[in-house]
Parts: sequence; structure tokens; C-alpha cells
Amino acid sequence: MGKDVYVVIEQRDGHVQKVGLELIGEARKLAGELGQQVTAVILGDQVADKAGLLYQYGAERVIAIEHPLLKEYATEPYAKGLTQAIREYEPEIVLFGATSIGRDLAPRVAARIHTGLTADCTGLDIDPETKLLRMTRPAFGGNIMATIICPHYRPQMATVRPGVMKMRERDQGKGGRAELLKVDFTSEDMNIEILEVYKETRKQVDITEAKVLVSGGRGVGGPAGYQPLRELAEVLGGEVSSSRVGVDSGWISKDRQVGQTGKTCALPICRPFTSPAEYPGPSSIWQGWRTQNSSWPLIKTPRRR
Amino acid sequence: MKIVVCIKQVPDTTEVKLDPKTNTLIREGVPSIINPDDKAGVEAALRLKETLGAKVTAVCMGPPQADVALREALAMGCDEGVLISGREFGGSDTYATATIIAAGLKKIGFDLIITGRQAIDGDTAQVGPQIAEQLGIPQVSYAEEIQAEAGGKAFIVKRQFEDRYQRIRVKAPCLLTALSELARPRYMTVRGIVEAYEYKMQILGFEDLKEMINPDYIGLKGSPTNVMRSFTKEPKGQGTKLRDLSAEEAVTAIVAKLEEKNLI
Repeated sequence: MGKDVYVVIEQRDGHVQKVGLELIGEARKLAGELGQQVTAVILGDQVADKAGLLYQYGAERVIAIEHPLLKEYATEPYAKGLTQAIREYEPEIVLFGATSIGRDLAPRVAARIHTGLTADCTGLDIDPETKLLRMTRPAFGGNIMATIICPHYRPQMATVRPGVMKMRERDQGKGGRAELLKVDFTSEDMNIEILEVYKETRKQVDITEAKVLVSGGRGVGGPAGYQPLRELAEVLGGEVSSSRVGVDSGWISKDRQVGQTGKTCALPICRPFTSPAEYPGPSSIWQGWRTQNSSWPLIKTPRRR
Repeated sequence: MKIVVCIKQVPDTTEVKLDPKTNTLIREGVPSIINPDDKAGVEAALRLKETLGAKVTAVCMGPPQADVALREALAMGCDEGVLISGREFGGSDTYATATIIAAGLKKIGFDLIITGRQAIDGDTAQVGPQIAEQLGIPQVSYAEEIQAEAGGKAFIVKRQFEDRYQRIRVKAPCLLTALSELARPRYMTVRGIVEAYEYKMQILGFEDLKEMINPDYIGLKGSPTNVMRSFTKEPKGQGTKLRDLSAEEAVTAIVAKLEEKNLI
């Protein structure tokens, strides 16, 4: 058996992303059932000072891989660093956030290690008999759920959808330092050249991080239909999101999509402006809610004909 | 310059159902299409072909019926089609699939590989990066724009993240995974359809690839992950049964429950 449950912590511009903290919470549950511990691994340029935060959210060990090459995310240096960590420490389980970084990095690392990887999980638990990690995920746009296992290779790896797992209460009394893992990076590891990093127009907040979402769908009728929603979102200090139909119709960009094929958002209230047909019980929204135990003042607008 | 675009044939809907007896997908009556992200990849490849004069090969792994998806790509303007198909490949997970496709791509040859970011049936987004790893070439996933540089020796890619974009230069050979917003796919031409109909599809089976594949690493048996169980959505619990109540008592009990759950 491998040792411990590892969580790969995602940071952007030195800010720890929420999904990593959610995964530490989940990892503690899994590790408890295995009688193991939770290790957080963070990669970046000067990120060891984030260790305190990770301990406060439940990590029992923190490993940092630091190098200037890791300042901005790039597949190969991150894959190399993480592969070395996995080979050296031989974890039982490794969890990633199912973000545009996690879903780029995890498959690359899993293929290099030669182990299994399950994408975009919404449920994890340990089989009481076999002690295998059971990874449950939606497929076919959420119409079918599948539970996947990885019996013969280690570590068992999964990317987990942001907003689904529950963060632990922060324990301000905790703290500690990161162990530094030295990786010999060379300039050849940077096999791409990042020419520019930029954010378009007003920096939109990632909808999984937003406090308020004003969500549209088929009912708004076209790209212009999102404009009043944007105005409302502006007043409420929130963001505009959309169901799949608006994105597939090209009315709004993919990064705004809420849902099984989009993003899971955990918000205290929801105000979708869309047709009833699209909200028969959107499981992605419910999933977010389940962890928050919050209210559901869903107001349905009439279908536009 | 050789561009290979990998496509997957998927059911044209996410409204699929499980056969309650066999627990397998009911595929009857569901038409198949080229996965949308992959089709955007085909369009991107064809645009690069127009500016660079490249040859575009469409590759699909799947059962013999997947031939149709390749013919559609040919009718859009791809120059060649290769179907990777064999019983030995059935039941492969993403690792095993990438192992097989990577072997096929070695055989076909490439300067640039374009795959879709993810398929609408599995939604994993893993096969593209895993092919790149097996081939030992750089990847740029979530590509929203692709421009060729120096006649196709390098590419400038706009790479999407949740909160930002990167503009990346990557040298060939490399693999890019396309978002459906990368390019709106063109229609098939009449002439293209006629030619695609007559095209003699190239097929790569296990025998063609066996020197490049470890047979223990492919198919259901060679897949690191296994599906333990698949199911449609289920009720979350047994529910509560209230018996022998008057109408008034029943209403009070239901309202109290709804209020407790913050539903009203």
C-alpha cells in the first residue's frame, strides 16, 4: 500500500485556490478511513509560506517545490516536479482540482507514472473491504454516473470538481513549515514559451469563486438577453453565468457555464433567468447546495416562444 | 507539413439511458456525430492547411461504424482518413486509448496533432494530454486560437484558463487540444461528400501496431481504471413515510419539513 493521501494545491499568482482547501477536507475523510495522513503538495515560485494556511485547513504535512520556472503554470515543469514527488514519496492517493490546470497536469503525470486517473469526480469514498478509492463521476452530461476504481496501480489519482467537497473549519491555532523538495529543473524543461499572460476586459471573477451569480439560459433568447443580467450582476457585485444552451448557441463564453458539463457553483442563493425546462433539478447546482445547506429561492421565468 | 487531427464519434445527445437489465448504454436510435470539440479541431487544421499548404489526416479510434465520422471529416476537406479499430482495443480507458492512438500516430507521422479538449460522452479531457505524454512531445490544452509561425515550425496558441489567458509559443512537433469556440466548423462540400464516399479508408488494427504496443497495456485488461458500477440518478434516501394523518396534520408536517430544509 502507498503512503498517505496527497492533495496537489493549485496556486495562481501565489494565491491558493479554494478547490485545494476543499480537497484537503475531503482527503482527511479518506485518510481517516485508511489510517493515513494528508499531505499537501504546492508548486510555484516562493510558495512555501503558504504552508501555514494549508495546515490550518487540515493538511498534516506540506511539501513545497519551488523554482522560478514554476511561477506561471506550464505543463512540463509542473509535471516533472510532481512526478518526482510521487516517485519519491509513493502516495496511495493523489487528488487534483478539476480545473483547466488540474485537467492538463493530472493526465500527463498519470501517463508518466503509468497509473489510472479518473476525471472530474463528484464523489469519493473508500471501499470498506478492499480499501480501494471509489471515484464517482458524471458522464454523458450528467445523465449517467459511474463509479471507477484503480485496483492494480498506485497512486490512485482523481481530479475533483471545484465546489463539491467541503472545506474544513479553519483552525487559526495551527501552523508549520513546508518541507522543500529539490527538483533539478533545467531550461529544457520549459518546452513552451509563455509570451504573455493577460485577462480580458474587466477581470471577470471565475464563476466558481463568485458570491452572486445571475444565470441565464434559453429564456434570454440571444446574446443581448444577457445584458440586463450583467447590469443586475454589476449592482449585486456578482457575475453572469449561463446554462449549457446559451454557451452551445454561442451567446456567451464557455467559462460562464454552470452545470454538469460546465462548472459546479456553491452559492447561498440562486436566481436563474431561464426556462423551467432547463431547471428540472440541475444536479450540478444541487451538488453545490448539498454541501452548503442553503436556501433555494428558485424563481422560474416563463418559457419564451 | 503534416497535421493529424484526432476525432471521436459520440452519440448526438447527452440524453442517453442505461438498459436496466444489462447496465449498458442504450445506443439504438441515437445518431452519432463527430464530437464538437474535435470538429472545431478539424476546422482549425483545415485553416492551417489553407495558410501553410499542409496535409491533414483525420484519425479516429473506434468500432468499424466510426468510419462515418472519418468520412465526414474527409468531406469537410481532410486529405486522409485512418480508422484505428480492433477487438483488442475494446474497453480501453484513457491511458490505454492514448497508448493505442499514440502508436497509430507514430506510424502515420505528424508535425502537429490536434485533438478536441474533451468528448461529450466521457468528458474526461485526458486522452489528448496522455497521447502527448506517450509521444514525448509538448502539449497546449484549452486552445482558443492557433496561429502558425515560420511556415508551421512553431505555433502561437491562445490558451484559456478560468481567470486568464496565456499566449504560448510552442515548437513542432506538438499536440494542441481544441475548444469548440476555437473555430466554427465548415459544412461538407458536395464534391467533398462524393469523394469521401468513394475514399478507401485506411484501417490500423492490432497487427499493424503490435510492434509499438505492449499488449498488456491496452483494452479492458490493460486499463488501469475499471468501471465498478454505472447508474442513473437515484433518490438520495428512503424518504419518510407518514401514516394515518388527517389532511391538516399532513399539511402541517410537510410544511414543517420544507421549512426545515429551507425550501420555502
